[in-house]
Amino acid sequence: MTALTGLAILLLLQAAGEALAHALALALPGPVVGMALLLAALPVRAVRDPVKAAADLLLGHLSLLFVPVKVGVITHLDLVSKYGLRLLVVIALSTWIGMAVTALVLRSLLRPRAWPSEAHD
Amino acid sequence: MTDFVDLWVYLSSTPLFGLTATLVTYVVAATTYERLSRAPWANPVLWSVVLIGTVLVATRTSYPAYFAGAQFVHVLLGPAVVALAWPLWLRRSELRSRGGALIVSAVVGGIAAGGSAFALGWIFGMPDEVLRSLAPKSVTAPVAMGIAERVGGVPALAAVFAVATGLVGALSAKYLFDFLRIDAWAVRGFALGTASHGIGAARAMQVNADAGAYAGIALGLQVLLASLVVPLAFRWLA
Repeated sequence: MTALTGLAILLLLQAAGEALAHALALALPGPVVGMALLLAALPVRAVRDPVKAAADLLLGHLSLLFVPVKVGVITHLDLVSKYGLRLLVVIALSTWIGMAVTALVLRSLLRPRAWPSEAHD
Repeated sequence: MTDFVDLWVYLSSTPLFGLTATLVTYVVAATTYERLSRAPWANPVLWSVVLIGTVLVATRTSYPAYFAGAQFVHVLLGPAVVALAWPLWLRRSELRSRGGALIVSAVVGGIAAGGSAFALGWIFGMPDEVLRSLAPKSVTAPVAMGIAERVGGVPALAAVFAVATGLVGALSAKYLFDFLRIDAWAVRGFALGTASHGIGAARAMQVNADAGAYAGIALGLQVLLASLVVPLAFRWLA
């Protein structure tokens, strides 16, 4: 029941997010606005337990939720077969660039304050 | 034999088919993934898509016919994105003290990932709709699809690029970070979550608790930032 209440809260906030994004002509997708609304609502204790139960369920099986859309690739097999190898190179290179840049920037920004695990060195 | 064909035609035209096929295939793929001690190449999303896609193509079942049932799973992506606020909330005190550094890294790293994908795709001569679907590839798939749709890309392609990105990150992160001598688990997790979203984050959570938590934070931040930055970038480019 707790997880069901949590799911109801999540759907309600998503709907509110969709409505807000539409009404204010925001560039953000509705669920993302809903996420911001949930962040604002979490200090309320009554919201927390149900949301935790629903979040554990949904985020624990997040990869299942991607399957229906990804099967949609069968409608674009022509593009994939035409550019497959080049796409893979582009995706691999850009992913490595993204990871390396993020890690190096974050490390340099945090260096002045040591990480807890390194504080005793 | 005709009876069987009739039965197949009947079943594949009801929503039951898509929903059942999705759940059964995923449960089998996920169980196999666990059995193989979560080897990256055994990724359950990858194999579910390959198996279901093969069946649909082989039986000439249309994607809309499949989606009529599968949409009941798909609809849950919305509340799942809303639920990403939960891991952010759990680490709120760390976020407060390190927030500035994390946000700057997420912005710079996200732009590096999306921008380099767009630039490399352009160099390799990809058509416009493919380029527009590449830009949001470092965001978790449901959001990437929404963004791709907004900027004139193809949602299904964006989803495929997102999963390929996640797999590349999950497979190679260890070697890249070792090569760059990035030792702190939090930094490794955050970079993995920034550049390769949910699949990368799931991998980080298996390796180290700190890395996993920071990957979750990066995932949430990237969703917010990419939703803002990618459409703006395309407005400026246009």
